[in-house]
Amino acid sequence: MIDRAQVLHVARLARLDLTDDEVGTMSRELSAVLDHIEKIGELDLDDVPATSHVVDVVNALRPDEPRPSLPREQALANAPEVVDDGFGVPSPGAS
Amino acid sequence: MSAAELRSLSAREAAEQIRHGHLSARELFDAYREPAAADAAAGAEGLNAYTWVADAAPADAPADGAPLAGLPLAVKDLFCTEGIPSQSGSKILAGYRPPYTATAVARLQQAGATLLGKTNQDEFAMGSSNENSAFGPARNPWDRERVPGGSSGGSAAAVAAGLAPWALGTDTGGSIRQPAALCGIVGLKPTYGSVSRYGMIAFASSLDQAGPFARDVSDAALLYRHMVGRDERDSTSLQHPDEIALPKGVDLKGIRLGVPEELTGEGIESGVREAFNATLALAEQLGATVETTHLPHAPHALSAYYLIAPAEASSNLARFDGVRYGLRADADELLEMYVKTRAEGFGPEVKRRIMLGTYALSSGYYDAYYGRAQKVRTKIAEDFRAAFERFDFVVTPTAPSVAFRLGEKTDDPLEMYLQDFCTVPMSLAGIPAISIPNGLSDGLPVGFQIAGPAFSENRLLDAAYVLEQALGFDGAGPRRNGGGA
Repeated sequence: MIDRAQVLHVARLARLDLTDDEVGTMSRELSAVLDHIEKIGELDLDDVPATSHVVDVVNALRPDEPRPSLPREQALANAPEVVDDGFGVPSPGAS
Repeated sequence: MSAAELRSLSAREAAEQIRHGHLSARELFDAYREPAAADAAAGAEGLNAYTWVADAAPADAPADGAPLAGLPLAVKDLFCTEGIPSQSGSKILAGYRPPYTATAVARLQQAGATLLGKTNQDEFAMGSSNENSAFGPARNPWDRERVPGGSSGGSAAAVAAGLAPWALGTDTGGSIRQPAALCGIVGLKPTYGSVSRYGMIAFASSLDQAGPFARDVSDAALLYRHMVGRDERDSTSLQHPDEIALPKGVDLKGIRLGVPEELTGEGIESGVREAFNATLALAEQLGATVETTHLPHAPHALSAYYLIAPAEASSNLARFDGVRYGLRADADELLEMYVKTRAEGFGPEVKRRIMLGTYALSSGYYDAYYGRAQKVRTKIAEDFRAAFERFDFVVTPTAPSVAFRLGEKTDDPLEMYLQDFCTVPMSLAGIPAISIPNGLSDGLPVGFQIAGPAFSENRLLDAAYVLEQALGFDGAGPRRNGGGA
């Protein structure tokens, strides 16, 4: 069961602003999904290694050679705000 | 030939006609472009399969001798295409025009394919019905009141309705195979790593894989053949050990099919089960042996998937913060801008998965959820390895049901997630699987899934081809009426 306080905590971690209604819905829906998912708690997995990647690749290396990067104007072309040849953002504020 | 006749050609036949000079690339492109554009213009009155359609055929004639010269291609919205809208079905990427093209698309263009349009999808590929799209739902050409499946619903609908000869999709837990099944076409989820993920807007990086949608197995093989290969821009990509061949074969003599009890029991609709059993009988007539097998951990695959995929998504989607592209909400301070942009830009399902993933990765829960899910993944991969010691392929129904009605499952996330019950285990194991249409139930298509070991695509395509020939499924109905649009 995920209560409202936990939903708000996770939403803050995820940088999501949720409305009051959404907090309630989220608490209900996430609890239902987690109830189902928690069945994996029944499995004995003590000595099982974790799989992070199914393909057996180790350190795909390449020579570190300089090459042209994305031109500045292309990198900025989709920006909501451009200031002094960089991405413009609101003030980080006092806090 | 009339436009309708041109659209009735398979991609291979059209390529042949172009190669021999009987057909111009422009004629073929226009034969598809016009109905595709008309459908896009019709919005919710049509199939809503496309989010963008090319204005005109490319001015340059295709290079002589290019194997796919002049063949139009529909591409799922989440593939970055230089200068062309690519939003992954999300409002948060409104107006985004990427400065580069995804490797899979670029390779097909180098082989001569031309970009016909971008197709509708569930937002960030999260969904099994295409109802989670910022562009509104795509519809199923067999019945407009039903979903085409998802997340690659627009690609599947476009191919099934004859609005594209073939299309690209992506599959994370079933997003190619399930819509292929629900729309009565062929969809291949290749071995993880065999196609570059560079330029695919990421959902769950350890699972995402691009693959083809086509009307038949041979066209799927042809498209896949020109997508594969190691790419230095995707460090998880691998060189396929085989050159992908056009499929061949007349029987299944010596082929051993394993039917996993865990994926073929409860929860499969009766019409789907009947079609599945009939196809198994047909496989036996073609010389295959069919036996029950076990994937003991498969019932836990969905749980592991709904921890791993949202966890990776919550991390991948952290980049959408209103700074570099897409939507930005008005705010006086930076943090407020982030949280408001994400609140306005993401739809409900994406928020749900970001929350689930963030929770699963958060302090105190990591070992119990994400860590355990990765161990379950190991067990599932071991289950398949054991099965493939006794069997050439594992077969299941692709989806537990035929296409369901719009809105039927939107109120219950768990019910929707169960659509992926038969497809998620192969995704977790990284192995290839194909869905071919194997009949109708109540007038709606059913899909048959065949899965094989990593990099077994040539054998998998051969087996699918032999079954396809024997099944003789007729998918031409929705193409004749253009999906009823």
